[in-house]
Amino acid sequence: MKNLIEIGGKHRAHVALRINGEAVEVAFDTYKTLLEVLREDLGLTGTKHGCELGECGACAVLLDGEPVLSCLTLGVECAGREVCTVEGLAADGRLHPLQEALADLGGAQCGYCTPAILVTAQALLSRVAAPSREQIKEALSGVLCRCTGYQQIFESVEEAVTRMARSPGRREGVEA
Amino acid sequence: MSDTTRKPPATDRFGVIGVPRRRVDGRAKVTGQTRFADDLALPRMLHARLLRSPVPHARIRRIRTARARKHPGVQLVLTGKDLPNEFGILPVSQDEEPLCSEHVRYVGDPVAAVIARDELTAFEALDLIDVDYEPLRTYATPEDSLGHPEPRIHDYGEEGNIHKRAAFDFGDVDAALAEADEVLEDLFFYEGNTHLPMEQHAALAAVDADGKLTLWSSTQTPHYVHRALARVLELPAAHIRVIACPNGGGFGGKSDIFNHEMVVAKAALLLDRPVKICLTREEVFYAHRGRHPVLMRMKTGFKRDGSITGMQLETLVDGGGYGSYGVASLLYTGALQTVTYHVPRYRFRGCRVFTNKPPCGPKRGHGTPQPRFGQEIQLDKAAERLRLDPAELRLRIVEQPDTLTANWLRIGTIGLAECIRRVVEVSDWNDRFRKLPEGRGVGLACGSYLCGAGLPIYWNKLPQSGVQLRLDRSGEVTVFCGATEIGQGSDDVLVGIVAEVLGIDPFDVRCVTGDTGLTPVDLGSYSSRVTLMMGNAAIQAAERARELIASAVAEQLELPVSRIGFGGRRVFDVENAERGMDWREAVGLAEERHGTLGTVGSYTAPRPAARFKGGGVGPSPAYSYTAAVVEVEVDTSTGWISVPRVWIAHDIGRALNPTLVRGQVEGSVYMGLGEALMEEQAYRRLPPKLSGALVHKFPSMLEYKSLTTHDMPEVVTELIEDPEPNGPFGAKEVGQGPLLPIMPAVANAVYDAVGVRIDEVPITPDKVLKALDDKAKGGPGRYGPARFPEVEWPEAMQVPPPWEDGDGKAVNDPERKRAAKLAKVL
Repeated sequence: MKNLIEIGGKHRAHVALRINGEAVEVAFDTYKTLLEVLREDLGLTGTKHGCELGECGACAVLLDGEPVLSCLTLGVECAGREVCTVEGLAADGRLHPLQEALADLGGAQCGYCTPAILVTAQALLSRVAAPSREQIKEALSGVLCRCTGYQQIFESVEEAVTRMARSPGRREGVEA
Repeated sequence: MSDTTRKPPATDRFGVIGVPRRRVDGRAKVTGQTRFADDLALPRMLHARLLRSPVPHARIRRIRTARARKHPGVQLVLTGKDLPNEFGILPVSQDEEPLCSEHVRYVGDPVAAVIARDELTAFEALDLIDVDYEPLRTYATPEDSLGHPEPRIHDYGEEGNIHKRAAFDFGDVDAALAEADEVLEDLFFYEGNTHLPMEQHAALAAVDADGKLTLWSSTQTPHYVHRALARVLELPAAHIRVIACPNGGGFGGKSDIFNHEMVVAKAALLLDRPVKICLTREEVFYAHRGRHPVLMRMKTGFKRDGSITGMQLETLVDGGGYGSYGVASLLYTGALQTVTYHVPRYRFRGCRVFTNKPPCGPKRGHGTPQPRFGQEIQLDKAAERLRLDPAELRLRIVEQPDTLTANWLRIGTIGLAECIRRVVEVSDWNDRFRKLPEGRGVGLACGSYLCGAGLPIYWNKLPQSGVQLRLDRSGEVTVFCGATEIGQGSDDVLVGIVAEVLGIDPFDVRCVTGDTGLTPVDLGSYSSRVTLMMGNAAIQAAERARELIASAVAEQLELPVSRIGFGGRRVFDVENAERGMDWREAVGLAEERHGTLGTVGSYTAPRPAARFKGGGVGPSPAYSYTAAVVEVEVDTSTGWISVPRVWIAHDIGRALNPTLVRGQVEGSVYMGLGEALMEEQAYRRLPPKLSGALVHKFPSMLEYKSLTTHDMPEVVTELIEDPEPNGPFGAKEVGQGPLLPIMPAVANAVYDAVGVRIDEVPITPDKVLKALDDKAKGGPGRYGPARFPEVEWPEAMQVPPPWEDGDGKAVNDPERKRAAKLAKVL
């Protein structure tokens, strides 16, 4: 699964993993973070960066279902694992209820922290079907947003929960 | 008056306007498909990094780049001599070099650039550049700069290290203060802070196949970047295209012209390959252009009934290392004191100095939050002195609508009284103020902001916003405008207005914005100008398109044009809605009758009433108003302040998309609380053994504190809709105004909670504890600045207020007198 290739004294990693449900093989310089591999080597620019030091949370993705900061995760650590990014949220040509709700209710202003908010909220909803406002705050507390003041984000997550409860099949479809 | 100035429509029923709805770019944002500048990549693209000065103030003796040039993978190394032309956002402050050639002015000032095959290689090569610096005296504070004229940070400006001074007298303020029953004099300090947009600035330059340059950038002002590139690169502007990518947050921090934009453009031209740069987070703190630290001395006279007899304000403004927007920022510290409450006589003295810190510029509220902080705290103190409720005091002195102020600002609608009444009601103010248990308190404050600067940054009589529409037989409508989407929803305002006028759905409209190669000029996303200016231009373009379609449909239906209505993607007989046709058919008919369809609209702001020099800062086609009540809980053992709730009412004129309006209000509350409680762009000296340099205290997001989800209180937002005749559909701004009352409302609430006055921001626990300690020892229980340094003010411009037979002009001309005196000396 994980191979190191030596070219001219420099090491490159060759890694197989699953991204958004799809099997992917990718080769990259060993120092690269998951963030860099996603954005630069796989063209998945939906995942953003605000500091590359683990401070802002903008680069959050799900690694085996758990939120991680992709700027602090090495690409080589992800061999054989499942990564979910914002590009993997929509399914069957339909947006995830979280995406719909954030778009409808002002949960995204500039949109820069939005991918991180979305995947982090998705991880929360996979653990807690109907989280309280406090649980939502806690789950999203590692992602900074400078635009919204967070309130419309909280409301969007709550609205998504309501919509998912109304049509539970939709949620299963997404998680599959 | 502009020909686009219009009365608001008589009806309150719209199809799109006023309806809460998904923003047109909502889907792109939630799918991660919004393409920010750093998301772009082009074939053969190279990467740039900047070498920045590690010393705060120095002459550059020599730069050696040979080793860096030889580093494998390096394509190009640039230094100041490669880019000799200076630039700057204001015509009067062309003081920045793309790369410093002889003089560095702050830690972080760029001196060289490496362009390499990848970022890592470029970064490695920076270490191979040797710069020999000859250190100069470091100016850390305005007092330093006032006290030492030499060496100069810049060889322009007024004198020594004073960049600019301003002095205005609008009536006899000494006489006004003498007539007062109570005179309050206070010192306030507003610490600098920064925008901290989540997106780091990025830019990508490439030479097109036909040899022309394109720059993609995270900029709020592509038009000004376009002009600066032409000047710096000595290329015809027509051969340069600037595309503003959607900004991942701006807040004013991307409205300047930046070194890195010039550098990648030059490198792309020299190498004929695309060159990209993305600033690191640390570099974003150096790019700065954030809130100016301002020391204020404010003296106001009150009659017993609360009315103000006169006001005097002095501001000392710490500009940092360059001019940036600073001359405007300075004038804004004195411009808007008169638009909220009636101030019959007003005196302003302001001084901006250069210091060896990253340059300050415009941040949300641009120059006005600092004096607003002072003014609203002073009113709280005055209310106590006069034994009036702070809300009642303000209601007594609110400025009247349709008036000219003492400093010649023309106010149209003013919903401030209604805002105050509304927040008093929803916050249960009367049951809370001075009635909550010790440690808990509420504070009230107000504010006002421009709906667009009345004048452009460089003098011209051209439209401030242009909109173009194209329609064709497919039914497609495309709207073009130079305005820039920075997250605030400018694309949505544009499309919403076009859709409203044409009776179609916003998602039917294609939107092209912020591209100097394709879109008509709009001056950019700053000064809260977009909704009003672009909005009026959009109405004009859309109404012209509507006329073309209506005439064609009227002919087809054999009806008078006045009977043609638009709505629900149909064009129909308003007296018999069944009779008509769908949108696509109607556009086809219009194309058949008129030929290829296209319309334009433009907006130019009304001419300011002020006709004195310096009177160009402050005038606006309209002013928004806000009132807020903040509740705090103060822990007297730790000084910790928590904010459980904020109630805020904003005079929006009309909410075009209430969902987005609310988002702007809540975002302003959020940013205001950050400024009030924790955000500061502060500096420290390195220990002497480490050079003693003046450095940013904490150029990282971990240490530069901002509110997280846990810190953000519940916000109750009330929108006051009193349509403004100059606004599109009556709309006013909302992006900046709601920030203004938050900081003073927090300070006033802390006083209500624990009886201490914190006359500066940020209001941190240590300051609260010091003030509590002072109070316990029998002192006044105040924390804040103790002195205002001596500033030699120039002769003031005397401008009589409108009610003292003024005509908007100065009765003296100190500038000309000074020039004549200087000529005589020479």
